Amino acid sequence: MAVTIHFLGPLRDVAGTESQSVEAPLDWAGLLSVVGADVAQQLTDERVNVACQGKVLTDKSRLLATDGDEIALLPPVSGG
Amino acid sequence: MKLRCCPLFQVAEITAHFDIRLLDAPFDPNAASDDLAASTPDAGAIATFIGKVRAGDTGVDAVQALELTHYEPLTLPGMKDLAVKADERFSLMGLVMLHRVGRLDPGDPIVCVSAASRHRRDAIEAVDFCMDHLKSAAWFWKRELRGGNWNWIEPREADHADLARWNPSA
Repeated sequence: MAVTIHFLGPLRDVAGTESQSVEAPLDWAGLLSVVGADVAQQLTDERVNVACQGKVLTDKSRLLATDGDEIALLPPVSGG
Repeated sequence: MKLRCCPLFQVAEITAHFDIRLLDAPFDPNAASDDLAASTPDAGAIATFIGKVRAGDTGVDAVQALELTHYEPLTLPGMKDLAVKADERFSLMGLVMLHRVGRLDPGDPIVCVSAASRHRRDAIEAVDFCMDHLKSAAWFWKRELRGGNWNWIEPREADHADLARWNPSA
């Protein structure tokens, strides 16, 4: 089984895909190592949020995704 | 009583009209506010804001299309939370919040927020409140097609300033 990572908004272009399936469990260090250098760099921006199972993490560095979990990488939302 | 979509509102005894939805196809915003008005005959005020993709621009910089992406587990729940906050903050008889996702053409409505209240101030301010939060704090990412190229729309400082108006002490 696996953890699914969704890339939202402009991160989709950076990642080159809408989603990626990786092996569980997945913590913050694991996330940074599997998404590629460009996405990992964006993730260090404090304005980029991470959601796990539909909840935005207050401290993304404490991410711990387990089997079957869905993670979303959320760049700053567009204004208008 | 008219209640379409919000379990949040179903727990309380509610006589108001709440209609909070994401739409993936073009819609008629006037029908939504007419519906609200028809459902709230005791309201003395209906305020409606409609945001749409600018049409009529010409030249290489004209917007040819707009695409809105969202994240299902967060976007609609976030809009429903916003409706609850607006309902707590203002004295409302009804609230409609409709937001498009997907690809939009020039002239297409993007968003419609319509509020009904006994007196005008609550309706007008509730719409303003919801729009400021939808613009800067809702989970939408937008990109524009101009001159054949897609470009993501970045966050704007002005949107955050608009949002801060509602929490002056924060």
